[in-house]
Amino acid sequence: MLKRVTMASGTEHVPVPGAGLAEQGPYPDSPRGTQKKKSWFRRELHHFRNNRELFLLSLPGILYKLIFAYIPMIGLIIAFKNYRYDLGMFGSKWVGLDNFRYLFATDTAWRITRNTVLYNTAYILVGTSAALLLAILLNEIKAKWSKFYQTALFLPHFLSWVLVGYVAYAFLNHSDGFINRTLESLGFDPVSWYQTAAPWPFILILVQLWKVVGFNTLIYFAGIMGINSEYYEAARIDGATKWQMAIKITIPQLAPLVIIMLILSIGNMFRGDFGLHYFIPNNSGFLYGSTDIIDTYVYRALREVGNVSMSAATGFYQSVVGLVLVLTANGIVKKINPDHSMW
Amino acid sequence: MPKKFEISKVLLNLLFILLSLAVILPFLLVIAVSLTDEKSLTQNGYQFIPETVSLDAYRYLLDSPDVLFRAYGVTITVTVVGALLGLLLTAMTAYVISRPDYRYNRPTTFYVFFTMLFSGGLVPSYILITQYLHLKDSLFALILPILLSPFNIMVMKGFMSKIPLEIIESAKIDGAREFRIFFRIILPLSTPALATLGLLISFSYWNEWFNAMLYIDDPNKVPLQLLLVRTLNSIEFLTSNSEFTQALGIDLSSFPNNSARMAIAVLAGGPMLVIFPFFQRFFVKGLTVGSLKG
Repeated sequence: MLKRVTMASGTEHVPVPGAGLAEQGPYPDSPRGTQKKKSWFRRELHHFRNNRELFLLSLPGILYKLIFAYIPMIGLIIAFKNYRYDLGMFGSKWVGLDNFRYLFATDTAWRITRNTVLYNTAYILVGTSAALLLAILLNEIKAKWSKFYQTALFLPHFLSWVLVGYVAYAFLNHSDGFINRTLESLGFDPVSWYQTAAPWPFILILVQLWKVVGFNTLIYFAGIMGINSEYYEAARIDGATKWQMAIKITIPQLAPLVIIMLILSIGNMFRGDFGLHYFIPNNSGFLYGSTDIIDTYVYRALREVGNVSMSAATGFYQSVVGLVLVLTANGIVKKINPDHSMW
Repeated sequence: MPKKFEISKVLLNLLFILLSLAVILPFLLVIAVSLTDEKSLTQNGYQFIPETVSLDAYRYLLDSPDVLFRAYGVTITVTVVGALLGLLLTAMTAYVISRPDYRYNRPTTFYVFFTMLFSGGLVPSYILITQYLHLKDSLFALILPILLSPFNIMVMKGFMSKIPLEIIESAKIDGAREFRIFFRIILPLSTPALATLGLLISFSYWNEWFNAMLYIDDPNKVPLQLLLVRTLNSIEFLTSNSEFTQALGIDLSSFPNNSARMAIAVLAGGPMLVIFPFFQRFFVKGLTVGSLKG
């Protein structure tokens, strides 16, 4: 998708009134060699005047990004400092790699990295295959009914994770929750869900699926709607079964869409879903071993423990590895099929 | 042959009916609990069908509705201001990037999208906002951090690239300047995209809780989602909020803890759950318009 941006600017150059001037330079008579530096500067200045109004239109956005995205990047130095609120960002003492040494000395770094990557992998695999399957099946249902199912499946998308936390709580609450009461009435022992780490990978994957499967299904369903219907007609005339059509037409036609969604997810492999991992386990300390991800750890280190430098170091680690992952994922896809890469 | 065909259709519908139920039933449980009498809750636990229906929880909450109304007020203010400002900035930036004849098109594009790939992370932003901009306990701390998303710019740009350049050129020949072209021609032509994005931005403001958790301590500035966070973490937030207890002289032992917790979820989340589904198609459109190839 970024590719289109550059294409539009690079190759589809459309001449505009006044743009011809730019190519010749403002002073076509002046000898180019003698005053090269100055004329280059003047030419740029001239260009800037021509583009001034558009630049002004983009200026608020540029300033916003400068303040809220680029200036905070300077703050990454906190990862190499022992931050104290009273000394400030520049007054705090440098400590080199101590924060990182400390982070990787305990098993915390391994735990949150493993959890973040494994959970994201599971979400991608389970989510994508479920959504693809549902989208293909939805396509076989009459439009009237399919609309109804789509809305039902889509509903959780409109909830914030906090509200989903309430829904989960209604089921998992120890003394009165629906699951424990059902277990009791069937003669089983109740489970302290918020204190038992083992089942949480399944709970989180299930809750995640519940919340996002409708949205992803709709995206793939919209993709299927866009496939040229002549393919299916031709297949029908040749006597292909529904199954054959799904395997031979629908899935290959959806491949670019699926691949783009996958690259996006792989690039975000190091960014966990804070809301899901914070509200659904109710931030319970018993569960950190199986629910804690980089994002929740960074938040707790900053807000609950108050270890700013450790939080910053972990965030730094996340940002850098995340960037490497995006670039690698895109690079690999570009090698295999340049049409599918993002830029 | 046709008969076998019918059976598979029935099975398929059955599957989707079951799936739809699996999605919808959890909502019904929350609503059912909020409507159940507190005594029957402690006796029977959370049930889909209340043994004794009671509106106690809602009565308690709505008898002194200040906390809830104030939270609605904060959320509505933040959503309206944030959506209008964010939409304008998104459109302006996207328009400039969508112009193939703009000389600084490529650097601007890179400048905007790089922020999607790399960021300073939580701590630097937190320190910027609390220590340098002094926005702690200010509604701007809720509006500014998510004002302009590169993703939305991308969607908007995808739409605006489809506006023929001839329109802009002829306006220029008529002597219109860029600002006039943008506000008088481009914005009106982009109404469908503006509506879709406006909805997406409003939605993200409405459901925002992360910045509120970081920056809001003042009880007068708590938005809906933060109210929900605090109530989820401890029902004591409600009972210790003196307005509830003092104004009513509530006997805390009879306070409908469990049902009130779920009732506040229904009151805070319910209205949007009814309204947003009407705009369902816009949510998908927003994602498929400019962002995905093909």
